[in-house]
Amino acid sequence: MRSDLLAALNAERAARRATILLTYLASGAQRLVRPAEISREPLREELENLLRLGRSGLVGGGSLFALVQVPPIRLLILGAAHIAQALAPMAHFLGFNSVIIDPRSAFAAPERFPGCEVIAEWPQDVLPGLGLDPYTAMVLLAHEPRIDDPGISAALGAQCFYIGALGSRKTHAKRLERLRAAGIAESDLARIHAPIGLDIGAASPAEIAVSILAEIIAARRRKPLRAEQAA
Amino acid sequence: MLSHPEMEPRMIASDEDVLRAAQEWRTAGRKVAIATVIETWGSAPRPAGSHLLVDGEAAFLGSVSGGCVESEVVSEALEVIETGVPRLLEFGVADETAWKAGLSCGGRIKVYVERVD
Repeated sequence: MRSDLLAALNAERAARRATILLTYLASGAQRLVRPAEISREPLREELENLLRLGRSGLVGGGSLFALVQVPPIRLLILGAAHIAQALAPMAHFLGFNSVIIDPRSAFAAPERFPGCEVIAEWPQDVLPGLGLDPYTAMVLLAHEPRIDDPGISAALGAQCFYIGALGSRKTHAKRLERLRAAGIAESDLARIHAPIGLDIGAASPAEIAVSILAEIIAARRRKPLRAEQAA
Repeated sequence: MLSHPEMEPRMIASDEDVLRAAQEWRTAGRKVAIATVIETWGSAPRPAGSHLLVDGEAAFLGSVSGGCVESEVVSEALEVIETGVPRLLEFGVADETAWKAGLSCGGRIKVYVERVD
């Protein structure tokens, strides 16, 4: 690998931009492909599929290797209550970069979240400066419309790959009513995972954190089911 | 209480950390090869895109198999560092060498080893 290609790969990752390094296995020749350039590639379908899943693999009948580099998952946790305290260290172990946001400074106290970035501000004031992107997951734990709703709007607008909201079906139905009234499209509302987390019967805050993280991993990694692909 | 550094998540070098280290090692003047898993079959321990970084003194960072074939990959990498010619290695239970190297999970992996120039 040429040093300049290695440096470029590292620079793209530091800037939270996806990149593919193509290696021609017969010759050892290599080149970078950026997402905006994929549409011009002869192997675009294979490359797009790998990029969507964030996976590396052989393409072109095994003649090329595509090293797919996507930014690390960033997890924005809105609402710094009990579940957040279980979620943040588990997310850290998974390699996610977590940020906790809650305007209630008693909850958003740094000593409750060692090693984590904690912001005691209203979401609408800080989210625009955080650079939300398709590699960002947002988890809403506050049960508080003034925290939840601005978060959901920002996450939908930035194409965050996962948006999950805590609350019963009844709470979520009210939430959907409010968001509909605010002019958010049905197709966007359908992207919100609620009640949050995989249905594993989680009871304790730590168990709920596991179910949330499992749902986030599934949203990032799982191949679509055959039925979904056909649809 | 004894500390368990292996339980600390920051101690697990991600594949991104490995590429960053490759650049740092190279900039520091070390001879460097990168081994990358390019294909897996069956229950291979590390997915395609996993890296092992090796320098001219056989120091290494990262993992291509969770420890099963690393020593074999390191010795191949040392030759790649000398010759500059990339190599494609294959390990699996069907292969006598690999059996000695011990990919005991029953999977097979293909590893591409290249020098950083």
